[in-house]
Amino acid sequence: MMEITEGSHAVAEAVRLCRPQVVSAYPITPQTHIVEALADFVANGKLDAEYITVENELSALSACVGASAAGSRAYSATTSQGLMLMAEVVFNAAGMRLPIVMSIANRAMGAPLSIWNDMQDSISLRDAGWLHFYAEDNQEATDLHFLAFKVAEDPSVQLPVFVCFDGFILSHTYEPVDILTQEQADTFLPAFAPAEKLDAKDPISFGMYATPEYYLEFRYETNEAQKRAKDAIVKYGKEFGALFGRDYSAMIEEYRLDDADTAIVAMGSMCGTIKDAIDEMREEGKKVGLLRIRVFRPFPIEEVAKALAHVKRIAVLDKNVSLGSRGGATAIEVRDALYGSTIPVKGYILGLGGRDIRKKDIKEIVSLCEKGIGDQFYGLRKELI
Amino acid sequence: MALAVGCRARPGKSRDNKTGSWRVFKPVFDHDKCSKCGMCQTLCPEGCVHEDTEGFFDPDYNYCKGCGICAAECPKEAIAMKQEEK
Amino acid sequence: MKELRIHGRGGQGSVTAAELIAVAAFEGGAYAQAFPAFGVERRGAPVQAFVRFDNKKIRKRSQVYEPDYIIVQDSTLIKDVNVFLGVKPGGIVIVNTEKKPDFKVPEGVRLITIDATSIALKALGLPITNTTLMGAFAAASGEIQFGALENALKHRFPGELAVKNIAAAKTAYDSVKGAA
Repeated sequence: MMEITEGSHAVAEAVRLCRPQVVSAYPITPQTHIVEALADFVANGKLDAEYITVENELSALSACVGASAAGSRAYSATTSQGLMLMAEVVFNAAGMRLPIVMSIANRAMGAPLSIWNDMQDSISLRDAGWLHFYAEDNQEATDLHFLAFKVAEDPSVQLPVFVCFDGFILSHTYEPVDILTQEQADTFLPAFAPAEKLDAKDPISFGMYATPEYYLEFRYETNEAQKRAKDAIVKYGKEFGALFGRDYSAMIEEYRLDDADTAIVAMGSMCGTIKDAIDEMREEGKKVGLLRIRVFRPFPIEEVAKALAHVKRIAVLDKNVSLGSRGGATAIEVRDALYGSTIPVKGYILGLGGRDIRKKDIKEIVSLCEKGIGDQFYGLRKELI
Repeated sequence: MALAVGCRARPGKSRDNKTGSWRVFKPVFDHDKCSKCGMCQTLCPEGCVHEDTEGFFDPDYNYCKGCGICAAECPKEAIAMKQEEK
Repeated sequence: MKELRIHGRGGQGSVTAAELIAVAAFEGGAYAQAFPAFGVERRGAPVQAFVRFDNKKIRKRSQVYEPDYIIVQDSTLIKDVNVFLGVKPGGIVIVNTEKKPDFKVPEGVRLITIDATSIALKALGLPITNTTLMGAFAAASGEIQFGALENALKHRFPGELAVKNIAAAKTAYDSVKGAA
């Protein structure tokens, strides 16, 4: 049913409908409203789950690892510094192949301390083995949780998932969202049925140690599971679409890209503003289109290469920076996907630490890209540097 | 796949690794001096000392690494460390 | 698309006002989006909140720079912050003040002043003016129906508190309607 609500509450509702059996999280802004709502649901009997309160994020994800290994559907949520405190367990969860789902209300990394939005947190853990979904709006932020559990728990995948949405910009925004009924959710997402689980009567250990003769193969297999996740996303994204009318089978979204000369590549909530800017530029006669990346891991290499094959130039917008490299993570991935092509790819770092992104910024970046200027921080306040 | 997903393992895998060959000194148990206190079994880091039906103790030489803790701790000095003939 | 910017001080309920205006607009069939200027949560500090209204999905996520409507919850802000910045010609500015305005709004912009503090004190016993100004906004802008606002308030506040807030909003609504 369509209702107008805060992004965090819509996400909490979706998580409730996914029927997690164990929730463990530590509150951190801008994620707090999600876990507050879930704690309420558990306390009021609206969600039949163990809500494990913990002393920090390291313990929160550790509790989820134990719960998931014991055969429970486990959920957590965090952001920024909280995610970094979890980092060790983030890798372990993926290596043990536990289908945990975690919401990331994306936020900048300190220092300097910033509570505001960018994507440095989840992007910094892109190599941990988790799938990465990035939402443009609160409808998607909500729906992707159902897809996340479904894909994560597929026997061919068995990998945890980050469901990422921009902190504050989405988490704190009221807008209309269609939230599934419990019956609908149950149709799409049945109970978790793990192939193996911790059981005192039939003992098993998870994530045992691997000597140099074995470790390489374990990393290989986890990477293969990432590739298989593509098929699962297509399959279940389509299934979700058939049931509820919103198809998430595509890992990328193309907006007015067919005949575009300039392609913008971006992720997350800024894509809404970019679409509005593209409509205005189109009216001015500029052929600009957008390629939005919804699934960053597994990275849709072939899909990106194909979608961009016809354009004259590409502007990649990153709300993160790989310090000491040529730019942001998305730009690096896009260049890799287009390796061997002569299409110029320019990267722009913007919106870090909550700097607002406006339509005029998008237009300015397109102009810079047309002039071949890029691979830079965009919007720097010259008086400060 | 030959590997277990998530490097998961059933218990007892360490039995495959027979560590007895590491030994230089071998504990020899003298049941005549033994008071059946069980200290050797309790303290064996390898868990390879077993009790027989009469209550006496003996090491499983397939796994005993010859560390000598049992001999050092035995209150009756009933365990002697003798050099292994290889 | 129409856009509203609310200026207030932390604790005056600007974010709640934005949310409830969006809820009321949604009830009236509009697509609405409400969000705060993030992060400044200290009591008394200048804060902003935003609402967008449209008849189709709103994709834009930037803050509001060229509002059609402005609500100023605390007239002392006018000295500290350029609250009228970017207001569109033909726009409406609602300022909470008990005095005759000693400030000017840009050319072509309609100024409505209302003594929301007194109305709120009378209705609620507290100088929290957000719900009063929501009533004024409903009357001045036509973006939300009073009935929808009433429902949004009933949904947000328990029993007696909802009744008091609705009374505050109604007083302001009638006052602005009467003056028009």
